[in-house]
Amino acid sequence: MQNNRLSRLAARVTTLCAIGCLVAFSLPAVGESKKSFNVCWTIYAGWVPWGYVDSSGIIDKWARKYGIDIRITQINDVGEALNQYAAGKFDACSMTNMDALIVPVVGGVDTTALVVGSYSDGGDGVVIKGKGKTLKDLKGMSVYLPELTVSHYLLARGLETAGLRERDVKVVNTSDADLVAAYDTGNVLAAVAWNPQLMTLKARPDTMEIFNSHQIPGEIIDIMVANTRVLKDNPALGKALTGAWYEVMAMIKAGNAEALEAMAKSSGTDLASYRAQLKNTHLFHTPQENLVFVTSPDLIKTMRRVAQFSFEKGLLGEGAKNAEAIGMSFPGGVTLGDKKRILFRFDDAFIRMAIKGGL
Amino acid sequence: MRFINRHPGRGNQLLLALLPFILLLAAYFSGSAARLQDNSDDKLLPSAAQMAAAIDRAAFREDRRSGEYILWNDTAASLARLGMGLGIAACAGLALGIISGAFPLLRAGLSPFLAVASMIPPLAILPILFIVFGLDELSKVMLIVIGITPILARDLEQKAREIPRELFVKAQTLGANSWTLVLRMMLPQLCCRLFISLRLMLGPAWLFLISAEAISATAGLGYRIFLVRRYLAMDTILPYVAWITLLAWLMDYLLRQINRRCFPWSEGAET
Repeated sequence: MQNNRLSRLAARVTTLCAIGCLVAFSLPAVGESKKSFNVCWTIYAGWVPWGYVDSSGIIDKWARKYGIDIRITQINDVGEALNQYAAGKFDACSMTNMDALIVPVVGGVDTTALVVGSYSDGGDGVVIKGKGKTLKDLKGMSVYLPELTVSHYLLARGLETAGLRERDVKVVNTSDADLVAAYDTGNVLAAVAWNPQLMTLKARPDTMEIFNSHQIPGEIIDIMVANTRVLKDNPALGKALTGAWYEVMAMIKAGNAEALEAMAKSSGTDLASYRAQLKNTHLFHTPQENLVFVTSPDLIKTMRRVAQFSFEKGLLGEGAKNAEAIGMSFPGGVTLGDKKRILFRFDDAFIRMAIKGGL
Repeated sequence: MRFINRHPGRGNQLLLALLPFILLLAAYFSGSAARLQDNSDDKLLPSAAQMAAAIDRAAFREDRRSGEYILWNDTAASLARLGMGLGIAACAGLALGIISGAFPLLRAGLSPFLAVASMIPPLAILPILFIVFGLDELSKVMLIVIGITPILARDLEQKAREIPRELFVKAQTLGANSWTLVLRMMLPQLCCRLFISLRLMLGPAWLFLISAEAISATAGLGYRIFLVRRYLAMDTILPYVAWITLLAWLMDYLLRQINRRCFPWSEGAET
């Protein structure tokens, strides 16, 4: 009987082990040529067009043209979107240049900046309570912001222009969702936020903006990135996303009321407020404008700065000896950082196809 | 023999106890190995060596930026908040429980309110808590207090009402007034229940602590987890989770020992 019991126990252990292994191996491995793709985006003025690309059915039209299937999902939490993309659940996702560098790229996911859609042009800002204040007044103050995000980067750049250093202020980590509520308390005298929260904060009485991304144009970039491996095996994904994006850009440029109304609605605001947000977001309306930005040497300078900032914050991984630890490539064969370890690629191939009308 | 009557032997008992842990670890490490083979920089399921390196950095080396030992720094900040929150909640819960358990006149006003208050999810009214308590340490402690006090109070009230009527009658026959009844008869019985309730509320207390630290902080175990989550540093997060689990288990053990030491008579009645 003892034997019987033991053998049953052994059988049960085997079953459980099998289940464990199944769970472990069902985690996705990146495939080769495939037909259906997952894309994610999060709420931000410059990414809301991706929501319209999806809801209007424009993406289906382009996907059908290339015989593939693309599913676009909106994710509520920016950090979660980054993690899901880095973990391989999505083939492409919207993120800023800095987020792309410190999450998927540092995580070893070779990433291509597929559609460099816009840059923040006042959409991120530092606000302070009071009148007649400047950046210098931040000295010794607590500044509330989501740490290790573009807000943190913006503050560092702002302090730099005022001759201050980050250690001159105290950074208090505050989640972006709670920033507005936190700002309304007596403790918080200075904060850094992005749109739409920034617009809410600026509208508070006795509040002024002392620095914003308009003063560092082109440094906080909103990109649709794609997994380089997937993109290389399936150029159709890149073609379909690029084609759909510029179709919607043309609609925005033409002031298509119906499209703008839909985008305003999906970002939870009205048309006037969405237009105001767009004013602080420099969208590239045509592939030509986009090409100029992507091939400009300023982009390399920006990425060098972002890499340096990330390195100083310990975000390039513990093995990183300096800001050059990760390689990046730019159009025209220019590289930055470790040439043997190129993981972040700015590429103009799809933009050129769009210009030539080859999509 | 019916299944319900079968008991494991001593060896099997140990084996069965360890089995879920072994399976969990096996599933984790096989998944981790598979992902790391595919991409050696993968951060989702770090290997044991990567986690050991992260523990070394967090616990035994000065942080490059702040010059602090971040694990101990975070632990001290979190335990101070948790200790304060639990302490205040225990005192308030005990007082409210006794008041509403002992005096029908006061219970009429208090008990329905506690019943409603204990159902309010504190996290849903966070912006109001910010305005009232500010954003500093106070609001973090208060989130714990508001989260667990009403439940502690209700539990103790219930326990107080379970004290046999005969005891009240007997004590009063012997000349006890309201005050001595509370102090000499109810308090000892409820103190012992307080420790059991506190042990059950440890989980929610940690939950509130970590939520509070995630929202706005400069140190703390929850702060660190939510901060490094931004760049998917699971090699830091997983050891932190294990550390929190260990701390919570130790607190539970400590409370049980105190209870056993102070109220040895209560062991038989413990749930």
